[in-house]
Amino acid sequence: MFKFDKLVFGDAGWGDEFLIATLMTLLVSILSMGLGLFLAIITVWAKIIQNRITRFIANFYTTVIRGVPELLVIYLIFFGGNAVVMSIAKVFGYNKYIELNALTIATIAIAVISATYSSEVLRASYLAISKGQIEAARALGMNKFSIFFKVISPQVIRHALPGIGNVWQITLKDTSLISVTGLVEIMRQSRISSNVEHSPLTFLITAAILYLCLTTISGRVFKTLEVNYSKGFST
Amino acid sequence: MIEYLNSIQNSLIYKNFFLVLSGLDNTILLLLISLPLGFVLALLFALGRVSKIALLSRTIASYIFVIRGTPLLVQIYLIYFGLGSVKFIRESFLWYALKEPFWCGVIALTINTVAYGAEIFRGGIQSIEKSQVESGLSLGFGKFLLLRKIILPIAIRKVLPSYGNELILMVKATSLVSLTTYMEMTGIARKIMAKTFAPVEAFIAAGILYLFLNFLMVQFVKYLEWKYNPHLRLNN
Repeated sequence: MFKFDKLVFGDAGWGDEFLIATLMTLLVSILSMGLGLFLAIITVWAKIIQNRITRFIANFYTTVIRGVPELLVIYLIFFGGNAVVMSIAKVFGYNKYIELNALTIATIAIAVISATYSSEVLRASYLAISKGQIEAARALGMNKFSIFFKVISPQVIRHALPGIGNVWQITLKDTSLISVTGLVEIMRQSRISSNVEHSPLTFLITAAILYLCLTTISGRVFKTLEVNYSKGFST
Repeated sequence: MIEYLNSIQNSLIYKNFFLVLSGLDNTILLLLISLPLGFVLALLFALGRVSKIALLSRTIASYIFVIRGTPLLVQIYLIYFGLGSVKFIRESFLWYALKEPFWCGVIALTINTVAYGAEIFRGGIQSIEKSQVESGLSLGFGKFLLLRKIILPIAIRKVLPSYGNELILMVKATSLVSLTTYMEMTGIARKIMAKTFAPVEAFIAAGILYLFLNFLMVQFVKYLEWKYNPHLRLNN
């Protein structure tokens, strides 16, 4: 039933494979979280400027992606992404077959999902900044650029950190869905190993423990960051 | 323009829509069993979590910790592939349920939603003002009556928005059951994709149906919020 002795490192076991798979999960999570935050900033910007069209597009994007299963979004980007990239390439006169590698597709797919959650968090924390702060900065003669980096961002980060921590946990767990595209991360690795060793229970429990470790450790990291960023925050 | 509208691509979405629609009942069946079951169990677990029996509270806390720390996909695979590989489970009565992908899906979804729901309800129960409970006690309410008449109604209506969120997450989570060969909407969309090599058309049809299902869920939760918060209604 259990074959935990197969988890040793080296050629006799799957230990090193699982280590690499865990690093892959972390890599995908970090990349897609970063890209997701970038997309989220654009989405929030589209929502808060007084423009009907951008606001409609941003609202449409967040509503649709949050209302549709993550698996569907991943399938759509995995199977439909190549066609989109190829049709864009065709416009520039490149007619050969292009295949995006699995990591790129995984990162984009998870980022598109995680951005919708991040954007809600960022928007809420942007709205929590009192208007007086921005007016005061303007009164001091700061330009838009330095208002954004010196007044808005530090406060948004402070307000948003707990929420971003939650989004990170969701993103980390969503990367397990990427296994359907064939990228070898924890989930895919555990399926491969259990098919070879005929012991799904062993490797699925291993996967569960690895995910548990990742979520717990990153939870701790975010707690520390929160303490760090709320220094001098009178509550 | 009209020729474009009548083109094959367009009719493919139209055809796919009805194909995917035939999987809607399977998706709803999953929800119809796992959501009510999950609701009741989540309430019980939340009560156990706030109880003064340390062992019970500790056990439920670790259950919640494990389930919330691992992806749902791992849980589904553990139940479908993992438990199925154990010999004494295959020989026991449990096998009647566990050999069906449907019941594996129901069990996994229930286990998952109970953990999240219990945490939500715990927040609701702990946020009840002490004076409410005290006034109940002063009226001579017993423990059970206090729970039924005061604690649960107030707690549930307080957490309705966040529980509604969890319900929507559950609607989305049913799509993962398709990975255990259960043919609900995502499974059918995936099959159509494999047959026609038209991914966008197949998944857009499924996406529209999921959006519709979630829209209904949001309206349902809104109705419940309106119904159980009469003191917050503007008129009357």
